[in-house]
Amino acid sequence: MTPYRPFSADHRSIGINYLLLALCAVTIGTLLSLFMRIHIIAPFLRLPFFGVVPPEGYLALVTMHGTLMVFFVLTSAPVNGFASLVLPSQIGARSMALPRLNAVSFWLTTLSLAVLLAAFFVPGGAPISGWTNYPPLSGIAAAGPGQATGMDLWLISIGIFCIASVLHAVCLLTTIWTRRCAGMFWARLPLTVWSWLTTAVLMFFAFSVLLAAVVLLLSDRHFGTGFFIPKGEVINGMMYDRLHPHADGSPMLWLHLFWFFGHPEVYIAILPAMGLATSLLANFLRRPPVSYRFMVATTLAIGAFGLMVWGHHMFVSGMNPYAGTVFGLMTMAIAVPSSGKALGWFAMLFQGRETRIRPLPSPMLFILGFLSFFVSGGLTGPILAQPVLDAYLHNTYFVVGHFHLIMAMAGVFALFAAVYYWFPLMTGRLMNDRLGKWHFWLSLLGAYGTFFPMYDAGLAGLPRHYAQLTGSTSTVASMLRLQTGITHSALLLASAQLLFLVNLFWSARRGAIAPENPWQATTLEWTASDLKECQVSHSPYEYRFDGNALSPVMQCSFQQKQE
Amino acid sequence: MPVLGAFIIKTIWWMPPDGSLHGPAADGLLWFNLVVLGLLLLLAQALLIFVFLRRTHPNNLSERGPKGSKGLFSSTHAKKLLWRYELLPLIALTLLYTGLAIAAQRLWAANRFQGASPQALQVEVTGVQFQWYFRYPGPDAVFGSTRAELVNAPAGNPLGLDPADARGQDDIVSSVLVLPAGREVDLGIRSLDVIHGFFVPGMRVKQNAVPGMEMHIHFTPTIPGDYPILCSQICGSGHARMQTHLRVVPEAEYKTWLSQHGRKRAAE
Repeated sequence: MTPYRPFSADHRSIGINYLLLALCAVTIGTLLSLFMRIHIIAPFLRLPFFGVVPPEGYLALVTMHGTLMVFFVLTSAPVNGFASLVLPSQIGARSMALPRLNAVSFWLTTLSLAVLLAAFFVPGGAPISGWTNYPPLSGIAAAGPGQATGMDLWLISIGIFCIASVLHAVCLLTTIWTRRCAGMFWARLPLTVWSWLTTAVLMFFAFSVLLAAVVLLLSDRHFGTGFFIPKGEVINGMMYDRLHPHADGSPMLWLHLFWFFGHPEVYIAILPAMGLATSLLANFLRRPPVSYRFMVATTLAIGAFGLMVWGHHMFVSGMNPYAGTVFGLMTMAIAVPSSGKALGWFAMLFQGRETRIRPLPSPMLFILGFLSFFVSGGLTGPILAQPVLDAYLHNTYFVVGHFHLIMAMAGVFALFAAVYYWFPLMTGRLMNDRLGKWHFWLSLLGAYGTFFPMYDAGLAGLPRHYAQLTGSTSTVASMLRLQTGITHSALLLASAQLLFLVNLFWSARRGAIAPENPWQATTLEWTASDLKECQVSHSPYEYRFDGNALSPVMQCSFQQKQE
Repeated sequence: MPVLGAFIIKTIWWMPPDGSLHGPAADGLLWFNLVVLGLLLLLAQALLIFVFLRRTHPNNLSERGPKGSKGLFSSTHAKKLLWRYELLPLIALTLLYTGLAIAAQRLWAANRFQGASPQALQVEVTGVQFQWYFRYPGPDAVFGSTRAELVNAPAGNPLGLDPADARGQDDIVSSVLVLPAGREVDLGIRSLDVIHGFFVPGMRVKQNAVPGMEMHIHFTPTIPGDYPILCSQICGSGHARMQTHLRVVPEAEYKTWLSQHGRKRAAE
């Protein structure tokens, strides 16, 4: 194992860099979410760092929480981080095809995070328009506090992030295309690699479009163009056009560009988790997937459909109702490969019910947690894909519950699984299993307690982004008790993560030394030999009976001869 | 978990009562979705728990191993597994999703594909940070023109009504929406500044108000009562307090309300 050299172009070190960056982002993002949760139920409580949070302060927390989590955690960690860490060795390559590009991409991401966090410290504070930043709210500095310098910083930060992500996608695609070792045919790629391949294609298109959108919005704000801001704007009682003459534009353009990025982004966050789930299930059940081709096909189908369903975020946005029908049907169609994935995992569980290793180690527990969230978050997807139902549920807590279960919790549980699983590749040590199990069960309880009741709040009609549960209407005020319960669960969920941090730092120094292939896996990242002469001769996930136990058949035949 | 369940049921459960003509069909569909998908959810979670709890004798593996292994890697067995556990259930789910999609799209088409009938009551809804305004055309049934440069809320002209336009003289501007029960209403929804979301949970109606565009939605309120109107699209620091009321009243009461407001405006 190469030593960790943070400033080198070594792919493992860059992977660890990305993961440490994501760890910073997730820590800040979680703290922000706790401040939000506390503010909702106790608006006048004095919070550390913020004091008494004003309504715009709450919205700034929302915006920054969403941005940190979506970009710097759910994109940075599963794709950029873990792909840098293990993808080259999984395909038998010694390095990325473009190692310097990989390093550039990481340092740009770091810069992007720094620029984003700087938004907290400028006059007016962080932007308040949510991570989707719909104009004209995001296009006009006078539209609210934080919409001046804070908004500019947000746009610049995301612009840099887009460049970094496109570069990273190029790096991944080139590596997978050109650096597979001898015998690593497409049909022998581990399913994680198929996921990263699909993800990289999505990243390439999605982030390119977002970059364009961000540049256009910056241009509207500073160069008097009129892409997103219509004529006749009256902000704070003032004619905007009088001071800022501009051409006639439409916010709908931003919505289309943003969601053309925004929806694939969901799959960018979750596709690597799906590949990981299949791999880890195969590993811990000692069984290959029932059908490798089926798993690859569903991954590709989800990726392809994922690019064509962005309009389901816009059913009530002012989009043509006929377009609503098309996007509704396309979205329903994506439920088919997604359900296929889930069925594939359940088939594996059923097939491997006798061969599975026991007791289940913590990475496997987290994958089962991922499956549980994937189902409980995913099954509300078909509901939201029906425009007539979305006309009631859109932008309520129902949606918040949906995407936090399917994207945030499923995604993060897969990330935890990946950390527990690949920790030996980063440190040469194993993480503590007992702490890992406590971490799993407490997190599972906290996550369900936090996000499942949100479905209920959404059915009751509570819109999201409300800083306070007050006002003249009964709908909002009646939610206080439910929201109090949610906040308590969120505190439990966040506290459980302390166990993870303790485990992480303790195990990195004192954990048990890991054997060469601690999980009895079959994929190439677990071969310590020099992969230069690697000759792949087996599909991933093969196990053979050896006496009365199942032993892994390493993909690489070179390794076999050594045994 | 039971404590949590009881807590949820006690605090609030299910949607606010529906007061619109199109609502019951959509609610029925939502119920059906929640029940069917909820059962699937329970089934899946039960399977996960079953896998987790199931204990087999450690000897099983060695006894049945060779036989099992032969079966496992043979292609016919794999094909059987593929059909039984993946393809057949997937076909069943696809049929379910198709059914749901068709049912939902029929309702969507009924609600949205066609405009309101020409007899529908016309009301204009305008969102501004952080207030809703409702404009009725008055006795002449025509809205007066508005101009952005005339907008002046402190001077009593929040929508920028043009005083030179005779058609606007009888327009009525209100901060609550009052509608007669049993009559179709055609709402023209617009915004002066940023995107707002016009959301009436009790009417099962939601439509964004987008500056530069006028969106039309139509529905028929049926049951008199007071219904909250909320903003469902983040619109700035006052987003949460952008709430008002829809009052659905009997036709006679609506006429009275309208004439009172008309007089008030004439007196000005």
